[in-house]
Amino acid sequence: MSVLEALEQSNKVAEPESAWPTWFSEIQKLAAEDFEATPAPTRRDEPWRFSNLKAIDLTGFVPAGPVSSEGRIINASQSLPAFAAKMVFGNNALLVQETPALPEGVLFKPLEVAAREHESMFREFFMAQPVELGSHKYAALHRANLQTGAFLYVPANVEVALPIEIFHWVEGENASIYPHTLIICGENSKVTVIDSFRSADKKRAFACGVNDLHLSPGAKLNYIAIQEWSDETLAFHINSTLVNKNSECTALAANFGGQFIRGESLSRMIGEGSRSEMLSLNPLDGKRQIDQRTLQDHAAPSASSDLLYLNALDDETRSIFAGLIKVEIGAHGTDAYQKVRNLMLSDTAEANSMPGLEILADGVRCTHGATAGEINEEELFYLEARGISKTSGRRLIVNGFFQTLLQRFKDEALREHLSKMVAAKLGLPF
Amino acid sequence: MNQTLTNPNIAIDRSLGDFSYPMDYAYDAGVGLTEATVDYIANVKNDPDWVRAFRKDGYKKFLDKPMPTHWASKDLENIIFEKIRYYLAQSQQAKRTWDEVPEDIKRTFERLGIPEQERKFLAGVEAQFDSEAAYSNIKSAVGDQGVIFVGSTEGLHKHPEIFRKWFGKVIPSGDNKFSALNSAVFSGGSFIYVPPGVKVKHPLQAYFRINAESFGQFERTLIIADEGSEITYMEGCTAPKFETATLHSAVVELVALKGAKIQYITVQNWSPNVFNLVTKRGLAHEEAEVKWIDCNIGSRLTMKYPGVVMKGRKARGEVISIALAGDGQHQDTGAKMVHAADETTSNIVSKSISLGTGRATYRGLVHMPKHLKGCKNNTECDALLINSKSRTDTYPAITVRGQGNSCQHEASVSQISEEQIFYMQQRGLSEAAAMSLAVNGFVNDLVQQFPMEYSVELKRLIDLEMEGSVG
Repeated sequence: MSVLEALEQSNKVAEPESAWPTWFSEIQKLAAEDFEATPAPTRRDEPWRFSNLKAIDLTGFVPAGPVSSEGRIINASQSLPAFAAKMVFGNNALLVQETPALPEGVLFKPLEVAAREHESMFREFFMAQPVELGSHKYAALHRANLQTGAFLYVPANVEVALPIEIFHWVEGENASIYPHTLIICGENSKVTVIDSFRSADKKRAFACGVNDLHLSPGAKLNYIAIQEWSDETLAFHINSTLVNKNSECTALAANFGGQFIRGESLSRMIGEGSRSEMLSLNPLDGKRQIDQRTLQDHAAPSASSDLLYLNALDDETRSIFAGLIKVEIGAHGTDAYQKVRNLMLSDTAEANSMPGLEILADGVRCTHGATAGEINEEELFYLEARGISKTSGRRLIVNGFFQTLLQRFKDEALREHLSKMVAAKLGLPF
Repeated sequence: MNQTLTNPNIAIDRSLGDFSYPMDYAYDAGVGLTEATVDYIANVKNDPDWVRAFRKDGYKKFLDKPMPTHWASKDLENIIFEKIRYYLAQSQQAKRTWDEVPEDIKRTFERLGIPEQERKFLAGVEAQFDSEAAYSNIKSAVGDQGVIFVGSTEGLHKHPEIFRKWFGKVIPSGDNKFSALNSAVFSGGSFIYVPPGVKVKHPLQAYFRINAESFGQFERTLIIADEGSEITYMEGCTAPKFETATLHSAVVELVALKGAKIQYITVQNWSPNVFNLVTKRGLAHEEAEVKWIDCNIGSRLTMKYPGVVMKGRKARGEVISIALAGDGQHQDTGAKMVHAADETTSNIVSKSISLGTGRATYRGLVHMPKHLKGCKNNTECDALLINSKSRTDTYPAITVRGQGNSCQHEASVSQISEEQIFYMQQRGLSEAAAMSLAVNGFVNDLVQQFPMEYSVELKRLIDLEMEGSVG
């Protein structure tokens, strides 16, 4: 039984109250056909250059059943001390929703409810951007098997002071989940969302997630994705971000877990003066592989984008980064920056970087840089001379490497939370 | 020296090259490519059996390999292999003295200033007219040192012991579709051997000329610098403007043995109907150095990524590249650096200028496999966009395994600042003159690495290309 067939069966036994509107099943049927009709990636496909095609074999994965440790999962779904609202999903089902400090007018609902109650908005923004960075097939799989997810709409001129938290859990051997987050920010609205991806056990799992961020003119969004899948998990994280006039998005993907992670991130600047900041921090250990593809698409003049991806590669890890800055015809006055840094911590680690530029307009300033290097021996010596062991010294230096990125977050509670997670990952006291 | 500087005969001005003569070719393989074409060339050239087998193998690989359009320009699909002429020659023997060269070919090269240049400062020169060298000479002083500088055919017949050892070893036939094509139908090109310790003071030069319409030029160059030797080689190329597309697909292999230095300079100024698809690679042994200085101004589509495989400890590779993409041109150039030994270092500096509807692309590969220590690469790519319709792309790929190596890549895209232009206009320069000056300033540090004659002409050529590009 293929993943798809198995999932179709599980769909049939889904709870009736979570049912989607009937028109959505037609969308899912077409998506299933799209998935079957789209060929699997091959070595000759440029968006899969340097990738590990063996790692994306879906054989053996089965639909996720209901979670067995619901209480434990809900209890463990904590990150920041104070939050505006929270949703916890486990194995494609909503487990709990809390809204302690959600301003009036903000819609924070499961996707299927939003599809019923806000059909026109849902249809306009749900997976509206074409998936161009190589994973069209897996985006179709996601669409075909989607069962629930988070829908957030912040109306115009509303500021959500505290962060909104979303948790997606997977549990069980070879379980497959399809996490989805759709965020629509109205004009001049402001919100921070923390999207957490976690495994309830150490088992092999498959996660195929999509998050779409839409910013109306003047909106400000911080989107933090914290990925902590088990070491055996295969995951796709497909993102699209659309920034309108004078809107600003800062998106961070922090990857702490997973076996093979394919991340695709598209930022499209469609309004003058818009800005997208694309950040990623990846402390890699064990046999982890991370394959990230990005596109900074400047479709409007005088917009800016800034990408910074940091990889620290220990043990037998491998990183692939392929990023493209594309300045379309007429997007004059573009200011785009792209930087990927690889810190090599082991002789068996490997870093592949493909930073690209395609410029079809003039009056632009575009720069990119890619580096790969090791820990500076002098820095290590300095620490050793002060009584810090080589192991601790290395960890401190790696921590400092990631701090350069975390400094960009002005919200202290958020920065502290992320710093703590990085320190914990590196085995440092905080 | 001053006289050389102003010598108009060295000009690589495109208008100088835009002429052709009707020729009667003694050898003509006809139009299209079949196994019979490959046999015809092998027969005419009296190839030894191993070369014939090498050609047949190349032909098979050419047929097997798909066009690389999944990453490269779709314009490649406009090459119609059945309509190209693969071999045209007047003679099988290159002339040793200028007087022996047939009058009409002589006229061509005299217009381009070939013998003039030789008299001035070159240590040796070879001029290729369509498929075969029409003229080849080496100064006796250099010949006496044991330096071999002959056509590739003469090289494989007279020096098989050196030739065969390295031929096709740096670039295997199956490297890509066009190296396979070259392996099947190659003719002409240079073979150079520099004995141990010999430092050739003046550059050796080759000149390539396409004269016939719908013609494909497939020269093959092999340069071997023995231990501790040094050599500089320069090549230039032109073709008249024909209505139909013309193909130039060369293979150039360089071998620098222990401690040797090879510098290979190209100024490519093909007419805008030429597809220029060239494979160039050097093999650097211990402490050897291979440096490519590459300037691309002409052609319709150029795809060329000179590479260095650093095979021995402390070997060094360098690529200095200038590309100027004018209206309707696509300069797809770059570099490949493969670090295969400890403490190897490489440097890539690329500058491109896109004007009008021109497109300049940098494509690079830097590879550091595991278990190596102390390898370093530095890559810098700067692109200048002149008009709103101009386009520039950068596609590097960098793989680093293990610690102990360092790799950095930087690229930027910019414009000529309005302030600069304003400043110069205020001081009485026209806008066009100010633009030219700014563009020349952009490439100045690289142009200085070219031999004097070329750098002067490059500046002139840039001025010429910039004319009428403003506004």
